[in-house]
Amino acid sequence: MTIAQIIFLIVAAGTLASAVIVVTTPNLVHAALWLVSTLFGVAVVFALLNAGFLAVVQVVVYIGAIAILFIFAVMLTRREQRDFGQQMNRFWWLGALVAVATFAGLAAMLQSWSGLSGAAAADLPIGFDSVGALGDALISPQAFVLPFEVASVLLLAALVGAVYVAFNRK
Amino acid sequence: MIPLSWYLMLAAGLFSIGLFGVLVRRNAIAILLGIELMLNAVNVNLAAFWRYGDVKNMAGQVFAIIVFAVAAAEVAVGLALVISVYRRRNTVAADELDMLKW
Repeated sequence: MTIAQIIFLIVAAGTLASAVIVVTTPNLVHAALWLVSTLFGVAVVFALLNAGFLAVVQVVVYIGAIAILFIFAVMLTRREQRDFGQQMNRFWWLGALVAVATFAGLAAMLQSWSGLSGAAAADLPIGFDSVGALGDALISPQAFVLPFEVASVLLLAALVGAVYVAFNRK
Repeated sequence: MIPLSWYLMLAAGLFSIGLFGVLVRRNAIAILLGIELMLNAVNVNLAAFWRYGDVKNMAGQVFAIIVFAVAAAEVAVGLALVISVYRRRNTVAADELDMLKW
């Protein structure tokens, strides 16, 4: 067991435990706060994978924007379903069965996949700047400039659509 | 160091938990929370395959960033829909939203 492995196991256990609380707790504000904990665990996993930019974006966009948006939405819509009322539908056992079957299927597929070795990742090349390479790839015409621009159009459309849908016409 | 399979198992577990939330919860906002968990599981997979494959090829990280953008758009529109529905029907329980049924 190296230090990195111990850190990974602790972070993974915390991430999965808070994810379970997110989907089971009746109080939605608590669920949104535990989602922050889960997202932070995923950000640490990104950092362990040397994906520094993804870790920062995870904290800024997911925790800073999306989780806060969830908390606002919960505050704007709660009132009746807060602490009473059925939180899960009556087929919850079926959902649990499907989720366990999905996990078992994925695990079995991983076990039988020949491309999976127990080896650790190769060291990053000396002097390799992953953030710089990512920025180059995002604006290079030979690489991903078109998907990048399409994503910005998608964000604009989502912005306009969200304002239009939630606008209070009175 | 950490084998690739650990990351993949973490992502599989996160995805299954999110799937459970989407299938089981009655509150529409809680369903969106489950979708967020599933999208995060996918991002863990993409970053792990980038790290354990050819590091010089940035496709994995770029794909993860596109997933970030799509997730932000999905949450903005989804929560706007939930708030709009709540104004009209005064409920956010997904099984009571049957206006499109006839």
